[in-house]
This record gives sequence, C-alpha cells and structure tokens, in this order.
Amino acid sequence: MTNFIQQIVSGLASGGIYGLLALALVLIHRSTGVINFAQGEMATLSAFVCWTLISHGWAFWPAFGATLVLSFAGGLALETTIIRPIQGGPLLGIVILTIGLLIAFNGLDTWIWGGAAKQFHGPFSTAPIRVGGVAFSKQDLGVIAVAFVVLALVGVLFTRTRLGLGLRAAAVNPDEARLVGVRVPSMLALGWGLAAVLGAIAGVMAAPSLFLEPNMMQTVLLYAFAAAVLGGMDSPLGAVVGGLLLGVLLNLVGTYVHWIGGELRLATALAVILAVLLVRPSGLFGRAAARRV
Amino acid sequence: MSLLELQGVEARYGEIRALHGVTLTVDEGDFVALLGANGAGKTTTLRAVSGTVKTSGDVLLDGQKLFRRTPEAMARRGVAHVPEGRGTFSTLSVLDNLRLGAWVHGNAEPRELAHVFEFFPRLYERRLQQAGLLSGGEQQMLALGRAMMARPRLLLLDEPSLGLAPRVAREIFGVLGRKNETGTTIVVVEQNATLALEAAQHAFVLETGRVVLGGDAADLRKNESVRRSYLGY
Amino acid sequence: MRPKQVAFGLGVLVLVVLPFVLSDFRTVQLATVGAYFIAILGLDVLTGHSGQISLGHGAFMAVGGYTTAILMANHGVRDLVTIPIAAAVAGGIGLVAGVPALRLSGLYLALATFGIAVVLPTILKKFDHFTGGSTGITLFGKPTQTGHGVGVWGLTNNQWLYVLTWTIGCALFLFAWWLLDSRFGRSLRAVRDSELAAAASGVNRAKYKVLAFGVSAAFAGVAGALFAINVAYTSPDTFPITLSLYLLVGAVVGFFGSIWGAALGALLIQFLPDIVGLIPHVDPKQGGPTTFFFGLVLVVLMLALPLVLRVASRVANRGYLGAR
Repeated sequence: MTNFIQQIVSGLASGGIYGLLALALVLIHRSTGVINFAQGEMATLSAFVCWTLISHGWAFWPAFGATLVLSFAGGLALETTIIRPIQGGPLLGIVILTIGLLIAFNGLDTWIWGGAAKQFHGPFSTAPIRVGGVAFSKQDLGVIAVAFVVLALVGVLFTRTRLGLGLRAAAVNPDEARLVGVRVPSMLALGWGLAAVLGAIAGVMAAPSLFLEPNMMQTVLLYAFAAAVLGGMDSPLGAVVGGLLLGVLLNLVGTYVHWIGGELRLATALAVILAVLLVRPSGLFGRAAARRV
Repeated sequence: MSLLELQGVEARYGEIRALHGVTLTVDEGDFVALLGANGAGKTTTLRAVSGTVKTSGDVLLDGQKLFRRTPEAMARRGVAHVPEGRGTFSTLSVLDNLRLGAWVHGNAEPRELAHVFEFFPRLYERRLQQAGLLSGGEQQMLALGRAMMARPRLLLLDEPSLGLAPRVAREIFGVLGRKNETGTTIVVVEQNATLALEAAQHAFVLETGRVVLGGDAADLRKNESVRRSYLGY
Repeated sequence: MRPKQVAFGLGVLVLVVLPFVLSDFRTVQLATVGAYFIAILGLDVLTGHSGQISLGHGAFMAVGGYTTAILMANHGVRDLVTIPIAAAVAGGIGLVAGVPALRLSGLYLALATFGIAVVLPTILKKFDHFTGGSTGITLFGKPTQTGHGVGVWGLTNNQWLYVLTWTIGCALFLFAWWLLDSRFGRSLRAVRDSELAAAASGVNRAKYKVLAFGVSAAFAGVAGALFAINVAYTSPDTFPITLSLYLLVGAVVGFFGSIWGAALGALLIQFLPDIVGLIPHVDPKQGGPTTFFFGLVLVVLMLALPLVLRVASRVANRGYLGAR
C-alpha cells in the first residue's frame, strides 16, 4: 500500500512536468494548428540559461525569473522571424521547420554547454521525507504545486483577461478576429512567447531530477505529446490533467506490470498516443468545434 | 457629407476579377442596400471596404483616402463588417463574442451589453452558451449584436437574412432600422430585395462587378428592370 | 536522349569512376552514402509524392538491419540472400502500418512516426534474446559475409561493399523512377494534391496511400540491411531518432522530396561533419556544431520552400514535401 501511494506521488511529480510541456504544445496547436516539435529543445535551452545564471552566482529565483523573461522574448522572436514568414503555407512545411529547430537547438546546446550531464540544484530539496513509510521529496511536491499554480494562472489569463479573450478569438477564428480589430499576428507571437515560458518552467523543474544535458527533454517531449493527445490537443486543462494521469499511469504500470517495467515506459506512452489517436482523436477533454447549421 | 466613397475600385481573387471599377457614395446616416445577382460583386464590395480583399482604386472615409486598409485598422476606424454565414467565434460563449465586439474600445461596457440585450433578449438568455450551439437566427443576432458592441459609424452586413425564417429576417431588419435612426450608417447586401428596398433609403444595383443603377430605394422599387430581376413581379 | 536520361547516365559514370580515384576509406564512406540514398528514395516516394510524412524511417531501417543481422548471425543465411528478405519484412510491416496511418492527418502521422522512432531503441533493448539487447549483434567475421575476404575481381572488401550498395541503389533508383512516372505515381500525386479531387476521379486513395507506405518501408528495409552489412554490426544505437530526422533533412535537401536529389541529401548526411570541420575554430568531433548545422539547413530550406515552389510549380511530376 505504501508503495502504491509512493508511486502515485512520484507519478504526479513527473506528470506535472509532462503536463507543463503539454500545455505549451497545446497553446501553439490551438492557435495555429501546428505541433511544435522543438518545444522540448526550447525548454532544455531555457534550463541551460537558468543553470548558467545560477553558476554565475545568481540565486535560484532571480535566475528563474530572468530565464522566463528571456524565454518569452525568445519565443516572440522565433515566431516573428522564422514561423511568421511561412505561416499560412502548408501545415506540414511548418511542422518540418519545427523539426529543423529541434535539431538546431539540440546542436546548439551541445555546442555551447557540451554533452555531459550537469547537476542542477533546484529550489526544492531532493532529499527524501518519510511520512508513514511513504518517501517523497520536496522536489516532488514542489513540481506538483508549480504545475497547479501555472495551470491556474493560465486559466485566469485565458478566461478573465482581455488579452486572453483576444488570444482565444485569434485561435478560434482568425479572420473574424481581425474584423473585430484583434491584431492576430501579435496574438500568435504572444502565444509562442507564452509557450516558451511554460516550456522553460517545465525544463527548469525537470532538470534537478533528470540531470541537465542536451537530450534531457527528448523523452519528456514524447510524454508531453502523450499527455496533450490524451487530454485533447486543444484543451489546456486537458493537457495538465492528461500529464498527471499519464505520470501516475506510467508509474503504476511500470511497478505492477513486471513485463513492462521501467524499460517499456516510453513504449507505453507511445501506445497511449496511438490508442487515443485511433480510437478517440479528440482525447478526454477536447471537443470537436461545436457547430450547428 | 459623404461618409464612404468608392472610386473605380477593382478587386481580384487570383486570376478572377470580381470588381471592374465600382464607384459609389454613401452619406452619413444613410441606409444603403446593394442588389445584384450571384457573382455580381456585392460581397466583394463590402470586403473591399473592410480590407479583407486586395483592391486597386480609391476608398475614401470622411473624404480621406485610405491607404493600407487592413481589417484591424478598419475596425479601429469604426467600420464593422458582419460577413455572410454569421461568422461567430463558435467555441466561445455568447458573452465573450459580444465582448470581442467591443475589442477596439478596450473592455466592454455593461451599458453597451445591456443595450444589445435589449435588442435581442434571447441572447441574454443564452449568454453563457457556446455560440456554435445557437440556432441560425440567434447566430445572426449575435453577429449583429457583436457588431453593435463596436459602436460603429459604418455597419456592413452581408446577407443577414440568409436561411432565416421570414419573421426572424424582419426582426433583424427592424433592429437595423432602429440602429440607423440613431445615426449608424448601414450598407447591406441582401438577396431578399423586397425586404432590403423596404428598409433602405438608397440602393445600388451591381452587375458583373460594376454599379449599373443607383438611387432612392422607393424609385428603384418602381423600376421595371429591378422589379423583373430582383423583386419577381 | 532526354535530360533525365543524360543525368542518370552521368551519375552512373561518376559512380563507376569514383572507386578508382578515391581512397579505401572514402570508398566505404560512399557505401554508407548508398544506404542513406536508398532510404531517402523511399522517403521521397512516401513523403514527397504521397504527402504522408514519416519521422520514423529509421525504424524501418532498423527492421531491415535486424532482419539481416539475425538471419546472418543466428541462422547462417548469406548476406546477399537476407537483403530481399529484409525488404519483404520491412515492406510488410510498412503495409500494416500504412492502414492505421490512413486515419491520421498529416500532423498526427508526424507525431506517431516520431514516437515510433523515439521508442524503437528501448524496444530493441527489451527483447534482448532476439536482438542482443544494448550490445547488439556483430556480424564481423561471420562466414555468411559474401564480400569478406572473397576478392572477386580483385576488389578489396570496402570496394565490394561499395559495388554491392550502389548496384542495388541504381536498380532501386530506376525502379522508383519508373514507378513514379507510371499510373501509380500519378495517382499518388493526385491523392497528395487533393484527396477530394482524386476520389472524385475514381482513384482509390486508401489503396495508393497504403501501397506507398509499403514500398517506402521496403526501400528503408534494404537500406537498413546494407547498413548492417556495411558496418558488420547492429545495435539499438545504430538507429537513433536522429537517423530518422537526418533522413528527413536529406529528403528536403534533395530538392524537397524529389528522387533526383536523393544523392545530394545522402552525401550531406555523410559529409556534413567534414564540411562543418572546414569552419575555423569549430570542432566537428564535438557533435554539437554538426547537429546545429543540420537543423539550420532544414530551417533555411523550409523558409525558402514557398519561393522554390513558385519557381518550380510548372515542372511536372515533381515530388515535394510540405503538401498538406
């Protein structure tokens, strides 16, 4: 029983990271219809930036804040310089472009910081705390808390602010949005900036437990795909819930289905992706756009 | 003084020319109907004004020539365009749709919302529903209500009665008439010429991308060729 | 003679002359290029001409590579014999994979195939009694290696590998050329450019899309088999996700999915590290810079694609990536 609870807590912690990255994927997908394959590598780059600031003597939280600001600017710049020129072209072209970015960012990380794994001291201690036989760390709890806080903030932004309204309008119907005066290109750029920030949070939260190296987010990206698909590619809430569910599911399956174990963890995530896409493409929370003629 | 002026406006979609030099004038406070067969260029004329199609020729607002018309910029200048097919934000709530109407003014004012709900009580009942789930008539009301939220000087409407029951269509035109009385200039494209000529003060007839006839709505109703082609008696 | 026939003839001529002027080391590198060439041809058929993206072609290569390795190492089958078997196995799996792929729109097909490429190494490690796990399977010194120490026509082992790879490469190129110029190719492009119009004119879109998957996977299977034969070794790390992504880069570099550019793409995959090494103060052995430039090439080409398409739009029968 304690093992069961243990697996759920640590599953939620890794699921929180999947959910955060999935949230970034969903933000871009719902506004432009594109899956950003570079999202994981953008997150790794952000984590490296944060690590560099910390290793130059910054305290964690200021370094984290600066990283988020830089990531936001980077996301904006990426959209305006590279994505926007081919926006409106074939979707697959944009997807292939993001794969180019994936490869380029990965190479850049290795070029600048080398391939060796680095210890990343996060804000939360990784030392285990025991409560009634269940061992978990402040890191685990911290990541779960961060995931929920971020989800709440994104929720407030989207449903309670004018900017959120504009972002949603540009995503749902860009032509109409322009007619009411929304500057759609700015909204798309903001969407990329926001996604970069969410990815940065995911990257920095993941780095202490995964160790920081250029390929750190490659498998996390696949888990995030699974989380986003499970939750419904266009649902921010679904992305986070999908992430948490997936984290717990993978841990329980890995623990109790011995044949799968830890070795087929990635394969299980892929199975989730394929099953959802083939059986229920709208996922748990996604809905086909409501339409009545 | 004329609010809107088109001088020799041409427009094309790829290889196909849709407007071959449209010239027309709309006065401040006017209610204008554009008539014509399918493909005559009525919709494109509206799109030329709101900047949703590339054009050559001059478009003047308040006697000022407008360069680089984009939909966003035209919205800011007080032009509200309700395209055909009740374009709404289908997955957003009715209330959010209306709030977006007031986007150019910042946040929507409760007074304006109340005003729209006065015109369309049914929108109030359904304010929290997804726009895509409304009936056709309700969606048209929403599209119109959203345009009203912008407090536009010039309201462009494309086929507001398309696919609606006659009673609902009359209701919509009734609202347009009342908005026009309070000073909003209206240009409407309408298949139902009877309805349009009843409501409008002036009308233009388009054929193959040109204005071929224009004048008082009352006079056009008596015009032999208009009667035969558009009124059907 | 038409320009394409001249180009092909010149290409074959260059291939024949090269081993006489190049070192043994370069020759075996070019043999590897031949394997990439074949895999890219397959990707051209699938992505360039039928508009279905695959980010997981390395996985089909792995199927071919492991088929060859297992047959050679455990069942004493000669390497040449394993090549058609590898093609059949990979092609069969491709056909099977092509059916669910029909239900996935371009975006999700990209996602699913990416997932397969990421997951594949872990699966190869899991079934270690079959695949040799992380250590892989070594073929070095197996008596089933035809080329090893044979010295046919006085060829060195590396020259033999070169001849083998490029003979098959040229044959498959001719096959792809014929195939894409045939009714099959026209139907593929019709489906790519407009599923609706193709269906309206009586093209069975499902049949053509699935067949394209099968053919493409069979090409990759041959490439994987040659890969295994060339290096006399397979392991999960022989087929990483980067291989799949580099194949895509190669296909894009090769005139956006045209078989006529496949050789260019294959050369880039093999020799980009050497080219990057020419840049002052850059150490290509570190890996990072090469990877970075791979990505950069892809980004730049995709940004240029709209322009290129406009220029090339009147050239008939061309494959291009980025169709819906």
